[in-house]
Amino acid sequence: MSTVRARPAPSERGLNRQQRTIATVTLLLILVVGIVLAAGMLTGSANTTALTERSQPPSSEHLFGTDRYGRDLLARTLVGLRLSLVVGGVAAALSGVIAVVLSLIAVLGGRTGAAVVGWLVDLFLALPHLVLLILVAFALGGGTTSVILAVGLTHWPRLTRVLTSVGRAAVGSEFVAVSRALGHGPLRIARTHVAGHLIPHLLVGTVLLFPHAILHEAALSFLGLGIDPGQPAIGILLQESMRYLSAGHWWLAVLPGLGLLLLVRIIDRIGENVRMLLDPRSAQL
Amino acid sequence: MALDLLNRDGLGPPPEQGPGSGPDAEPASRRRAGRTAVGLFLSSLRLVSLLVAVAIGIFALLAASPIDPIRAYVGAEARNLSPEQIAQIEQRWGLDEPPLERFMAWGGQLISGDLGQSQVYGEPVTTVIADRLPASLSLMVLAWTLAGIIGFGLGIIAGVHRGRWVDRVCSWWAYTLASAPTFWVGLVLLYVFSVSLQWTPVCCAAPLGTLPGEATLLERAHHLILPAITLSLIGVSATLLHTRQATIEVMESDHVLFARARGERLPGLVLHHVVRNAAGPALMLQFASVGELFGGSILAEQVFTYPGLGQATTEAALRQDIPLLMGVALVTAALVFVGNLLGDLAHRWADPRLRGGMR
Repeated sequence: MSTVRARPAPSERGLNRQQRTIATVTLLLILVVGIVLAAGMLTGSANTTALTERSQPPSSEHLFGTDRYGRDLLARTLVGLRLSLVVGGVAAALSGVIAVVLSLIAVLGGRTGAAVVGWLVDLFLALPHLVLLILVAFALGGGTTSVILAVGLTHWPRLTRVLTSVGRAAVGSEFVAVSRALGHGPLRIARTHVAGHLIPHLLVGTVLLFPHAILHEAALSFLGLGIDPGQPAIGILLQESMRYLSAGHWWLAVLPGLGLLLLVRIIDRIGENVRMLLDPRSAQL
Repeated sequence: MALDLLNRDGLGPPPEQGPGSGPDAEPASRRRAGRTAVGLFLSSLRLVSLLVAVAIGIFALLAASPIDPIRAYVGAEARNLSPEQIAQIEQRWGLDEPPLERFMAWGGQLISGDLGQSQVYGEPVTTVIADRLPASLSLMVLAWTLAGIIGFGLGIIAGVHRGRWVDRVCSWWAYTLASAPTFWVGLVLLYVFSVSLQWTPVCCAAPLGTLPGEATLLERAHHLILPAITLSLIGVSATLLHTRQATIEVMESDHVLFARARGERLPGLVLHHVVRNAAGPALMLQFASVGELFGGSILAEQVFTYPGLGQATTEAALRQDIPLLMGVALVTAALVFVGNLLGDLAHRWADPRLRGGMR
């Protein structure tokens, strides 16, 4: 796929590209851990009301300002981001598991297996994703748990497609033919010969699912169909901010969204960098 | 419906060749037209089977859900109902029958075009959708066109100037937009243009106090512009990045090298070699994004209180209006399917290598 590279960039700081990628991933991971830790320390102040400090714009004391009840917006944003991470993590893991199981069925289940899985994927992609999410979250009864479940249950189709095509290539290879000739069953072939090929794609695919899951959860919460209104989720914060926008309280809308944007970008970058490390075509450059 | 759209867009069989194209031309074109007709027939079959599957899926999902339709309908006063009254309603609504029979009854109504009664709006679901779909469609079409033009244009500019600052800015912008929540972008734009600068209205599809039919075209456009920009900004990034990639590939190809050697300048190169090659994937991507566009319009309509189908969807889910939710799901499934089909056709139309009948 990669043709002649224009220039195998000589490194500037004595690190090769692989080392720099690893450094970037580590740095970004530290940032994510930092968000979680900071949120842990600030959980208390996220819900402390201080009626003397209501609706203050950002200042040195409150970096993100305060809301109508005098609650510190920075603390609320960080706690919201941590909630996003939890939702995203659970959802990505759930979707990852579903994708692995379905792609193995598609690859090793013969024509029927492939047809059934293909049909399921088509069915789940037939609706706009947000409409599907609304339906599933609604059918599960609403609230925090059903949102996490809904996000986790609807993000597998594209990953399943990727894993199925990778698995198919593996199954078409000679070592699987030999294994079949030796009389090994599909489960053993799946475990010993196919799983290894799927793992790198699964890892990258799951990390790259994360941002989608986070954004979809925020969207559902924003519509009022997600996380319970009492909790400081980013979607809830933004929904609340709409009421004070015409009063000029811009920080309530702008800053939590900016936080979410940054978090999504960080995780996206982690995914891309991990992909570069795992992909043999770019890992050694 | 699909057939209609296709013919109007002129994406059917290619027009017959000029008189000088020889004796072989006519049978070939007729054969191609026949194949296209078969393809269209197969596509509509697929649409029907997909809609049936979606209907079954939605029904199963909602039948298995813990939500009690009677309680959802009656609301807080459900407590005051006696068990006998509940049983009576169940019998009236046919809820005491087994799911399969309920599904058959619902499916039968569906085929005759009756999607049931919306509880929130107190009108038939078909009326609610027919009233609100045009508003959403005009929003989506405008956003779609904007996103296509901006994404394609910037993608080509970025691809041609690969590695330079124009490219870096465009790519950075695209990646950032791809990570931005639609509704947040909407909120920021709303604050900047409606609250601070007061260039655009804060809400709705027409000035407050006017009846839906009274607003002039200009007023409607004025109310449409900000939601449409919000929606298009999200769609831009995918088209931009893919067009950029396609442009880079074309610019590195041998035929561009040859054209350069002949002395062709950059504008000519772009016009004659890049645009055509990059248009196919971009068009396909644009059409395939219809589902995402509708999802975005649900959010944008919520931010700008724009009375379209997206807002009705949110209302239906919030107030547990099951018939309306099912209707919206079916309509949007058809929308996504038509989008994908058109994308496929547009790709074939733009790329001569793919011409000649459908799968």
